[in-house]
Amino acid sequence: MKVNVKLFALARQLAETGELALDLPEHATAGDVRAALIARVPSLAPLGPHLFISVDGELAANGSPVRPDSELACFPPVSGG
Amino acid sequence: MVSLTNSPIDLQAVLAAAQTPRAGAVVLFLGTVREHTGDRRTASLDYECYAQMAQAKMSELEAEARRRWPILECHLVHRVGHLELGDVSVAVAVSTPHRKQAFEAAKWLIDTLKQIVPIWKKENWADGASEWVHPGVAPRVGR
Repeated sequence: MKVNVKLFALARQLAETGELALDLPEHATAGDVRAALIARVPSLAPLGPHLFISVDGELAANGSPVRPDSELACFPPVSGG
Repeated sequence: MVSLTNSPIDLQAVLAAAQTPRAGAVVLFLGTVREHTGDRRTASLDYECYAQMAQAKMSELEAEARRRWPILECHLVHRVGHLELGDVSVAVAVSTPHRKQAFEAAKWLIDTLKQIVPIWKKENWADGASEWVHPGVAPRVGR
C-alpha cells in the first residue's frame, strides 16, 4: 500500500523534504514505517531510537498497525515551549 | 482555549481573556527567547510545528488541567516561525478561585506542553551554526 509520511525538524532537514511517499506491505506497522524511512534516507539512521512515528496524531508503538488512510508523521523528540 | 500563531502573541488579549470575576487569581506564564544557553549565545530561534497534532495535544492539555484543577479560564498560545531574542514563544494563562491552583495548573501546563506537544525549536547560534534541539539526541547526531 502507498502511504505518505510527514517529516519534521531534523528528520525533515535530513530527508530534505517535508513529506515522503512510501510503498509498504499490506499489514505494515509503525516500526515498518520507520524502517522504510531509514532505508530510503540512510542519514536518518543515527536518529534511530529517537525517531518517533505518529499515526493519526498519536505516538505509535512499533507494533501499531498502519492503514492506507492513516495520517503518518515522523519526528525526533519535541522541543516546544 | 488553545492556539498556534505565526505572529507576535497578543499578551493583553491573553490576559484579558483569562480574567473573570469568578477568579481570585490569574497566572500568566511567558516563555521567552533567551540569549545564553550554557556557553553558547543565541542569535535567534526558529519554531516548527505539526499543526494538527499540536493543536489537538494542546486541547488535551487544557482538558486534563481542567480535570485536575478548578480552572475558570485557560488560554494557551504558542508562536511558531522566526523569533528574535526576548520574543515570547509561548503564553499560558489560567485563572482559578484561589492562587494555589492557578500557580500549580500553569506550571503543569507548560511543563507538560514541553513534553508532549509536537513543536520543535532550532537554535541559530551567534557563531553562525544552526541546530535543531532534540532532547536526548547527542549534539552531533545527524547534524
